[in-house]
Amino acid sequence: MLRIRRAEEALADRYAEQEMRCPMHLCIGQEAVAVGVCQTLQSRDLVFSNHRAHGHYLAKGGDLTAMIAELYGRATGCCGGRGGSMHLIDLEAGFMGATPIVGGTVPLAVGAAWAASLRDTGQVAVVFFGDGCFEEGVVHESMNFAALHRLPVLFVCENNQFSVYTRLDRRQPDRPIHRIASAHGLRVDQGDGNDVETVYQKARMACELARSGAGPQFLEFSVYRWREHCGPNFDDELAYRQTDEISAGLSACPVRRFAAILLDKEVISQADVERWESEIASEVSLAFEVALAAPVPRAEDAWTKVYA
Amino acid sequence: MSDRLLTYAQALREALEQAMADDPSVIVIGEGVPDPKAIFGTTSGLIERFGPNRVFDMPLSENGMTGVCIGAALSGMRPVMVHQRIDFSLLAMDQIVNNAAKWHYMFDGQASVPLVVRVIIGRGWGQGPQHSQGLHGMFAQVPGLKVVMPSTPHDAKGMLAAAIRDPNPVLFVEHRWLHPVTAPVPDGRYEVPLGAANILKGGDPDSVTIAGFSYAALEALEAAKALSSCDGIEVEVIDMRSARPLDSSTVCGSVRRTGRLLVLDPAFESGGVSGELIAQVTEDCFASLAAAPERLCLPDHPGPTSPYLSETYYPGPQQIAERVLRMLGKPLDLGGSSAVMQALARTGRHDVPHTSFSGPF
Repeated sequence: MLRIRRAEEALADRYAEQEMRCPMHLCIGQEAVAVGVCQTLQSRDLVFSNHRAHGHYLAKGGDLTAMIAELYGRATGCCGGRGGSMHLIDLEAGFMGATPIVGGTVPLAVGAAWAASLRDTGQVAVVFFGDGCFEEGVVHESMNFAALHRLPVLFVCENNQFSVYTRLDRRQPDRPIHRIASAHGLRVDQGDGNDVETVYQKARMACELARSGAGPQFLEFSVYRWREHCGPNFDDELAYRQTDEISAGLSACPVRRFAAILLDKEVISQADVERWESEIASEVSLAFEVALAAPVPRAEDAWTKVYA
Repeated sequence: MSDRLLTYAQALREALEQAMADDPSVIVIGEGVPDPKAIFGTTSGLIERFGPNRVFDMPLSENGMTGVCIGAALSGMRPVMVHQRIDFSLLAMDQIVNNAAKWHYMFDGQASVPLVVRVIIGRGWGQGPQHSQGLHGMFAQVPGLKVVMPSTPHDAKGMLAAAIRDPNPVLFVEHRWLHPVTAPVPDGRYEVPLGAANILKGGDPDSVTIAGFSYAALEALEAAKALSSCDGIEVEVIDMRSARPLDSSTVCGSVRRTGRLLVLDPAFESGGVSGELIAQVTEDCFASLAAAPERLCLPDHPGPTSPYLSETYYPGPQQIAERVLRMLGKPLDLGGSSAVMQALARTGRHDVPHTSFSGPF
């Protein structure tokens, strides 16, 4: 979590230099869901994600330097510069792809689970999406098929209450999202997405059930988006969230909260935290250095790889 | 050439059966695939031979299921999806255009989507505004997709086999009236390349090249044969076989000899592949054109249901021959052959391909 946080903070700090010329959606504050879920997965398990994908990508083991290079449009980026922040992939890590059409990857995860089921590979597929995505018809089509064939797939809904600046209560009636998934025939669970231990326990159970043939699982976690929908900044001055809501969201910080628990139980020491901070700072700094030193793609290469 | 005769529908079925026998990753899914009508007979017997883990019916979720098939294709399967009307595939436009067509490109060639989407275009028995559109041109605008439309049973089998083995997403367009067309089909395995036009009939210099898509290629051939036997006019007929890639170079090669081009497309006239083909030919061999290129397509209004409203909606061999005579400066009122008009006069109702074709499908 700390690594994702510091990597994204570094991205935010450097975004103003205008060298990362692509839209960027930060998951700062929402790291616990990515980490808690991916911690339960094997490297051969398959993860799909959306426009806000940095955390999912890194938590699944995606290469940090290739991600940063992608944001800088470099030839060594994980998509060779063809995608930017909203298109991440690391097949070696089992990160199958993130794309920014809301709902676009949800059926793909079901398809990956379908292939795993048909071939009896024992793999589990996971897709991360938000509360806004739950309004897309394709999500319900996907849940229907996954339940019909009892496919090994985890639907992970990160509910941050907002679609850009539109609050959930202006988009959906007052009923729990996960209850709809339950009506589709999925086993559902929900909890506090700021608590990485909760996320991990619920995801581990869901993953075990999916892998053992119990069918698709739906997990809804409440989270808080710290920064603007798209971009590096805080946007609290726009006043679309009340002050008390903002302070409650920030105080629920999953990184600080988990660190406090571990320190309190003396699982880790302050010295450990300082060492990790220092190691992560070096890693992130080196990743930027390597990414920025990498060659840029040639304009004529834009004509290649249209067809396989 | 084999002597064995198959219908276009039987040829498709054989291509599917052989592909499934050869490659366990090939699966078939679509609304009605395993049902008793078996998509006009094109999927009959497959579930009996390959079982319910490879032959699937599908929820009415065109977009979601296209995404599911893309996800399966990214994970090593080779799905063949079937939509009984191309109109239904519009619900899957997002997955086809945003995911299937782009995945290979946007992820720098690290993955590809070997997916075939069979769609049926066409007409007949009052299919009407939402069951008979020729929308292949919309898909043909998208880089990353292949859009193929064979017109003969031989090509139907060979191109479906090639489409299934192709690592790219392929929209496989079948005109409903092609399904009963019967012709020799070899029983062995073979592939017909995707994206190559085929000259069905050679023509004389200083005549007309007719380039037809799908069923229109067969109508062109019928018109050409009548023009030959009645008037001794030898026009060249090209079966385009694919809307993307679009083989305009074969058409240009022909136009350089004939000097004239007539394009036929069973689709709305504006904004489709007929205009694209004419644009490419005009750009590439303008100096060879003795006259402005022309086209015969469907009128730019939705296809109506009533046989009284649709009577003049679909141009046929007679209209094609008449247009050729006009392009050659021999219109009927200036001595163009009326024998050819008689030879091509429609027998029977216009809303069925032949007398054995009956409703409701």
